Amino acid sequence: MNGVPLSWYLILSAILFALGAAGFMIRKNMITVFMCIELMLNAVNLSFVAFSRHFKTIDGQIFTFFVMVVAAAEAAVGLAIILTVFRNRSTLQVDDIDSLRL
Amino acid sequence: MDPILFFIFAAVAVICAISLIVQKHPIKSALSLIGVMGSLAILYLLLGAEFIAAAQLIVYAGAIMVLFVFVIMLLNAGEEKSPARPSWFAKLLGIPLMIALLGILSYVIQRAAPEGSLAFGEYTGGAREVGRALFTTYLLPFEITSVLILIAILGAVVLAKKEL
Amino acid sequence: METLLENPLLQKLLAPLIITIVIIAVFPLMAGYIVLVERKVLADMQVRLGPMRVGPHGLLQPIADAVKLLLKEDIIPRDADKSIFWLAPVISTFTALSGFTVLPFSHYIFVTDVNVGLLVIAALSSVGIMGVVLGGWASNSHYSLMGSLRSGAQLVSYEVALALALVCGVMMAGTLSMVEIVRRQQDQGIWFAFENYGLMLIPFMIYLIAAVAETNRAPFDLPEAESELVAGFHTEYSGFRWSLYFLAEYANIFVVSAVAVTLFWGGWMRPFPNVGFLEVPLNVGFPVLLFAGSGLACFPLARKLKDPLQAKILALVAVGLIGVGLIFLVPFVNDKIIGVFWFLFKIGLIVYVMIWLRGTFPRFRYDQLMDIGWKWLIPLGLFAIFLNAIVGMLRAG
Repeated sequence: MNGVPLSWYLILSAILFALGAAGFMIRKNMITVFMCIELMLNAVNLSFVAFSRHFKTIDGQIFTFFVMVVAAAEAAVGLAIILTVFRNRSTLQVDDIDSLRL
Repeated sequence: MDPILFFIFAAVAVICAISLIVQKHPIKSALSLIGVMGSLAILYLLLGAEFIAAAQLIVYAGAIMVLFVFVIMLLNAGEEKSPARPSWFAKLLGIPLMIALLGILSYVIQRAAPEGSLAFGEYTGGAREVGRALFTTYLLPFEITSVLILIAILGAVVLAKKEL
Repeated sequence: METLLENPLLQKLLAPLIITIVIIAVFPLMAGYIVLVERKVLADMQVRLGPMRVGPHGLLQPIADAVKLLLKEDIIPRDADKSIFWLAPVISTFTALSGFTVLPFSHYIFVTDVNVGLLVIAALSSVGIMGVVLGGWASNSHYSLMGSLRSGAQLVSYEVALALALVCGVMMAGTLSMVEIVRRQQDQGIWFAFENYGLMLIPFMIYLIAAVAETNRAPFDLPEAESELVAGFHTEYSGFRWSLYFLAEYANIFVVSAVAVTLFWGGWMRPFPNVGFLEVPLNVGFPVLLFAGSGLACFPLARKLKDPLQAKILALVAVGLIGVGLIFLVPFVNDKIIGVFWFLFKIGLIVYVMIWLRGTFPRFRYDQLMDIGWKWLIPLGLFAIFLNAIVGMLRAG
């Protein structure tokens, strides 16, 4: 056997996604929480590319490309929000940021 | 050859991902995330997605992660304080439940995923194919993402401005 | 033994392996001599002599420097983050040297030819930023942190302009593979820098400016501005770790020059590739004249030296240079190495221009740096893509 079955890639993707989700729930630092979201996006990308190869079409890769673009936009806006929150409250702990008012 | 490479880089990715969620310092988490992204890029190469692999490194590891590290350094984010009352319940049940969930999930995937495997090099989607699809079938989404990015730039500038 | 050599897998692996080993072995020495040339040229521009003590006219200075660096005490600051402090220079060196894998030194000397070769270099250089940024952060010193913040902002800003300039070249070539890019120039019989009635010179200039900024060279050397930040991100580094950063910096310079040569200056091709009668004078006459001429020029210098040992060394170097020049007269050998000669010669020219810039321009202020990157280079890059696309389409009919 020379190839890697599709299911292995999907399982790896599931593991990475689960780790990202777990990190999203257990971490307290806002930036680390944000990084866990990126990890989840990456995990999904992996399954897109794996499916793309399995069905021999390019569409999965295109979707990955769009996810990357959206992730970049999201990172820019998200980090700007983190910057603003830090400036107003001087904390990065998600537990301390619990009111909608300034 | 393929399974060996897959296992090496899958292991690197999982170890880096675990390191990402257990490291106390955000910079070290960021470094671990770069490790995940790098090994995923190599897995993409293994899957024949050359362009996506390069884009993964340029966009994620190069641009987004530099932004993250930049913000961490700018805010001088230190080590994370452990929560006031560590929940023993979560520690006791969390990890076994997660392993159980992953076990069930992998079983389902094994059963449901279509059979058959492709070896390295049997199918490659390089820059040419991606470009052709992007500018014909997916032209409208592509143009809309450019508007999205413009909005993101404006949003970031407005949010990060000194006086809100 | 013969069966082993005929094994196709081994043959596929052997050539890249040998080339890789040669690159890894030779490049540190070459970096040392690039530094010597830089010091000598700068000294000449500032009417000084430059290094003169070690060896005749400082010819052995790089070796003395290397020995000094390797024997130096390796200091890790007490408050530094040890693991990242250790890792950061490794990231820089690893990514910088990995860039060599896709460079086409000549039509058959390259480690590998990837379909997305140009993107591989872009990817590696964008990951390489992390080495500088993390190194400065891990040192836990204000100077280093300032340096790495600056370098992070600078590298991310200029990467955009760099990519836009590369897009123009890729548009001309229609491929991302480094070897194929040069092949296309060979087919069209023109360097891409002069394609489109010379309009491609605009992206080349943008590339050159952005590349100088990407490699943190003067006048864009804010991350290590010695008059403001001591040494920027590598203030706390010493000994072997510092020399890793140093090696990475010169490897980056080499790689960006090599990309410029490949994409705009015709890679391993000689100048005027479509003028047939220049073949012999340029491919044989020029290298012979260059090497043998500089060899001959060494003899009067050697006679002026007072120390007999140094005079002997210089005479030996001169004989060596003449020997290298004579090798180019053998048609069989000439055929094999002329590509590498032109490739390295053009890289040398670009490196010389970079040194020249360093000797000429004062350092930019931080706001000027950002202005040049965002308000000039990026719009100009977009304009160049637009212009070259339209002119290229009109030319194609």
